[in-house]
Amino acid sequence: MNSQADTAISVKDLVVYYGDRKILKEVSMDVREGEIMVIMGGSGSGKSTLLRHLLALEHPRSGAIHMLGHDITTASQTDMLEIRKKIGVAFQFGALLSSLSVGENVMLPLLEHTRLDRSTMEVMLRLKLEVVGLAGFEALMPAELSGGMTKRAALARAIIMDPQLLFLDEPSAGLDPVVAAALDDLILQLRDATGMTMVVVTHELDSAFKIADRITVLDKGEIVEAGNVEQVRGSTNPRVQNLLNRRTEEIVTDVDEYLERLTGLRID
Amino acid sequence: MRAFIEGIGRRSISGITEFGQAAAILLESIYWLFMGPGQRQPVRLRAVFAQAMEIGIGALPIVTVLSLAIGIMLAIQGIYSLRVFGAEHNVTLGIALSVTREFGPMITGILVAGRTGSALAARIGTMKINQELDALTVMGIQPVRYLVAPALLAILIMLPALSWFSDCVALFGAGLYVSMELGMSLGAYFEQLVEILTVDDLMHGLGKSLLFGILIALIGVINGANVSGGAEGIGHATTRSVVHAISAIVITDMLFTFLLAR
Repeated sequence: MNSQADTAISVKDLVVYYGDRKILKEVSMDVREGEIMVIMGGSGSGKSTLLRHLLALEHPRSGAIHMLGHDITTASQTDMLEIRKKIGVAFQFGALLSSLSVGENVMLPLLEHTRLDRSTMEVMLRLKLEVVGLAGFEALMPAELSGGMTKRAALARAIIMDPQLLFLDEPSAGLDPVVAAALDDLILQLRDATGMTMVVVTHELDSAFKIADRITVLDKGEIVEAGNVEQVRGSTNPRVQNLLNRRTEEIVTDVDEYLERLTGLRID
Repeated sequence: MRAFIEGIGRRSISGITEFGQAAAILLESIYWLFMGPGQRQPVRLRAVFAQAMEIGIGALPIVTVLSLAIGIMLAIQGIYSLRVFGAEHNVTLGIALSVTREFGPMITGILVAGRTGSALAARIGTMKINQELDALTVMGIQPVRYLVAPALLAILIMLPALSWFSDCVALFGAGLYVSMELGMSLGAYFEQLVEILTVDDLMHGLGKSLLFGILIALIGVINGANVSGGAEGIGHATTRSVVHAISAIVITDMLFTFLLAR
C-alpha cells in the first residue's frame, strides 16, 4: 500500500518563504492513489500555501513535489500542461469565470484541450452536471447561483476531464450544515465511483472526519500529526488537541507582559 | 529626508518592474498569437471578435460626438487665428494636418484608454481577486493567451479603424463650419483636403494609433494583474490605468511627433 508505485503525490522537505517569513517548514507527505487525503489546520497554518504549491501556482524556496511522474517544482511548461490536463481543482469560492454561463464554465477545459465535437461536449456537460446535481442549470450565470450551487458547478468543471487527481479547497466552508453534508456525500460518491485521488484542504472538522481516509494536520507551517481519522482523533499532541477542541493556543494571564510583547516597550 | 529618498527608490523599482512585466506580457501575447495554433492552443477568434465589437462599435457614438466637436473647434480657432493675417482661406491645410496627424489618433486613444483600458484593468483585477486567473492556470489555460492576446489584437485592429473614422468625422465637422463661415462649398473643401493630405499623413496617424493601442492594453493588464486589497484595490487600479494610459499616450505622441515630423 505504501510503495512508491501507488503514491500519487510525494512532497519532500518543502520550504516556503514569504519575504523573511518561513511559511512552510520542511513539509513532507505522501498521498496514495485512490485515497482522500485531508489537509487540516487553522487559519495561518500554511494549508492554503501548501495547496498553492501542490497546484504549482507558486514555487518553493526548496524541496520537491512529485506528481504523476514529474517533479512539478522543476517541470517544463510542456510537462506542466500535460499534468494540468490530468488534475482538477475546485476553489473555495468556485472561481467560475463570471463572463461565462455555468455550461460554458464546465465545458471550458474540453473546449481548450480536446477536439471533441460540440454535441459530445454537451453530452459530457449534462452528465457531469447530473453527477453534481445541477442538471438543467447550464444556462445560468455564476452570479445567479447560491454558494452551494457555485461549489457544485466548480466541482463539475474540475471533473469534466475525468482527472486522476482532484484538489478541493474548503469544499464545505461557508455552507449551511445540510448543504455541507450533501457536498461531503457527493465527494465520497465521486471517489467510490471513479477511484480518483483527492486532496481536500479544510478547517471544517466534521467534514474532514467524514470524508478523510487520512489526515495531515498543519500548524504554523509544520506537520504536527498525520494518520487516519482515529489516529488524529486520538493524538496526544497538544497542538492537535487545541485544533480539535477549538481552543486557542495560549491564554494571556499577564496583561503587562502581553502589552510589552505587543508594543516592544517596557511596562512598569 | 531619508524616507523621501527611500520612497523615490521604491517607486523607481516598482516602475521598472512594471515595465519589465509589460514587456514580458507583450512578448508572450505575440508568441501566442503566432505560435498558439501550432501548439493547438490558438487565440480564439470569437474572443477577439467580441472584444473588437466592445472596443470599436461600442465607442462609435462617443467618438463621433467628440470628433465632430474637435473638428468644428479647430475650424473656429484656425479661422480666428489666420484672419489676423488675412489668410483664413488657407485654414483647410491646418485642419487637415492637425486632425489626421494629431487629434484623430490622440482623441481616439484617450477615449479608448478611458473605456477599454479601465475595463480591462477592472476585469483582470476582479478575476485575480476571485481566483479566476488561478483557475485558468490550473486548467492549463494560459491567462495571457486567453485574456490578454485577444484584447491586444482587438485593440490593434479597432484603434486605427476608430482613428480613421474620427479623422473623417472631424474633417466633416470642420468642413461644415468652414463652408458656413467662409462661404466655401463642401465640394471645394474636400477637393482641398484631397490635394493637401498624403498617404504619409494617414500612416503617421496609423502608426500612433498602433502604439497607443499597445500602451492602453498593457497598462490596463498590468494594473489589473497587480491588484490587491479587494474592491477598493480594483477601483484604485482602474483609476491608475486610465491616468497612466492617458499620460503615456500624450508623452508618446509628443516623442513620435518630435522624431517623425521634424
